[in-house]
Amino acid sequence: MEFIRKRGRRTNLWPYLLVLPALTVVVCVVFVPILNAVSMSLQNYDLRRPKLISFIGLENYIKLFADRQFIASLYRTALWVVFGVGFQFVFGFALALLLNQEFRGRALARSVSLIPWVTPGVLIALMWRWLLDGNYGVINDLLQKTGITDGNIAFLAARATALPSVILTIVWQGIPFFALMLLAGLQGIAHELYEAADIDGAKSLQKLRFITIPSLKNTIFVTTMLRVIWVANSVDVIFNMTEGGPAYATQTLSVYIYLKANTLNMGYASAMALIMTVLLLGVSIPYLRSMFRDQGV
Amino acid sequence: MPNSLCRAKRSVSRFLIVGLPLLLILIFLLFPYYWTLITSLKPNRELYSTQVVYWPAEPTLAAYGQLFGQFNFLKPMGNSFVVAMITTALSLTVSMLAAYSFSRFRFRGRKLLMVLFLTNNMFPTVLLLIPLFTIMRQMNLLYTPASLVLSYTTFTIPFSVWLLNGYLNDLPMSLEEAAMVDGANRAQAFTRIILPVLVPCLLATGVYIFMQSWNEYTFAVLFTNDRNRTVPVALKSLIGQFGVQWELLTAGGIITVIPVCVMFFFAQKRLVAGLTSGAVKG
Repeated sequence: MEFIRKRGRRTNLWPYLLVLPALTVVVCVVFVPILNAVSMSLQNYDLRRPKLISFIGLENYIKLFADRQFIASLYRTALWVVFGVGFQFVFGFALALLLNQEFRGRALARSVSLIPWVTPGVLIALMWRWLLDGNYGVINDLLQKTGITDGNIAFLAARATALPSVILTIVWQGIPFFALMLLAGLQGIAHELYEAADIDGAKSLQKLRFITIPSLKNTIFVTTMLRVIWVANSVDVIFNMTEGGPAYATQTLSVYIYLKANTLNMGYASAMALIMTVLLLGVSIPYLRSMFRDQGV
Repeated sequence: MPNSLCRAKRSVSRFLIVGLPLLLILIFLLFPYYWTLITSLKPNRELYSTQVVYWPAEPTLAAYGQLFGQFNFLKPMGNSFVVAMITTALSLTVSMLAAYSFSRFRFRGRKLLMVLFLTNNMFPTVLLLIPLFTIMRQMNLLYTPASLVLSYTTFTIPFSVWLLNGYLNDLPMSLEEAAMVDGANRAQAFTRIILPVLVPCLLATGVYIFMQSWNEYTFAVLFTNDRNRTVPVALKSLIGQFGVQWELLTAGGIITVIPVCVMFFFAQKRLVAGLTSGAVKG
């Protein structure tokens, strides 16, 4: 500490110089583009008609609220995030509790259970497309062999099953990250707490409720927040499974924005992306607050 | 006898509470990989028959041959490697300097700058994608590896700064103080004392950056063309006009995931420690 204070008293340029390269890159690739997006959102910035680009004020934003697809995709994003992250948490928590037990081969089980987390989103999408295939899919075969269904279901081609199918895929993808974080949290809980509870004659479920979950509160909160942001932003899984179809059944907001950007209607896409950013910031205010507190701001 | 019966009962109940659920979750997580591998080895008549085949009777590597032959999959792998390596080198260098500054100095504006880096991952990919596309177009960088490297730094730099800052905070300040008392200047103390200890952490962070760049699709599909497309884009493009050749696609999938898995297993321990330490505190 002495060391730090002594250095801090004089104006030392070193710390600024060291941050400068990273800051320069981040300003150029993040902050300048965001300003750019704000300015584009106020123009009819359509790259298919570059000659007509002009300032139109808030017109893009006004158009948004009359856009049925926008409203519907907001609702779908809510389902996608709530069910996606919710089930990731439930199964990830279960996996963390199980991997915290002592058994032979535990290190291996911990390693291999993380593989979905390092797998590219495109591959995940394509793998599950194949598993869920309506003609040759193994899931259809298994469901029929166990007598749960008869006849093939085209999971990704039917409106009713498409959204649950992509949610299943994102759940599968996100379980390892939850397990990873919660397992680290579990390992940090003092054994004495459980020993004391044992002496008091507590049952397993009581220990879970009164020791494990309260001790993990912060980890659960931070991990859930990170996942909510991540899942809401994710494009590649849905885009490569259904491209938002059939009949928009899986078109979340980020997929809708991505498709609009693909048609080069950048002004409108920017307006939507900015609304989405504001919504995400709103959802994550408690997270941001705790982060700032930890950083001592 | 009653004693052993009791023990048997206990191990059965333990299997039901721990073993079985764990097995089910692991099967759920790993079966897709088994299925991908098996599919890539199936000959066509086993792949598209009315009977689903769980173990190929006549496994073949034909799909892999086609992948590297006709579809020249080594090309996108090379492209991805170049992009991922440059992204990793650039992000690690600038992030290490920034993280060192945040960890070892107390200066005016430090907290503001840290927050600036930390809140960065809040911005949706689609928000940055749109302006970056038009900027790259204006700067004539579109369809070059540079456009991908720059786009990837939007998430790799903030993340690496955060991760490396955590690692550095765990290294006691007394390490450098001792060296500086002995007459070394700060730069020498850093290169001789801190850097050697930090190497495993830099490797772990580097692996993470490499994996992210290798796996990225959303930017890559817009910012590349036939000549320099990366692995995820090439994988998707295997879906031709005539429908999906699943044996080809799954072979590509296996080839794509092997490098990241191998790297991840080497870096796993320190990477997991660094990732979890922030969230677990408090």
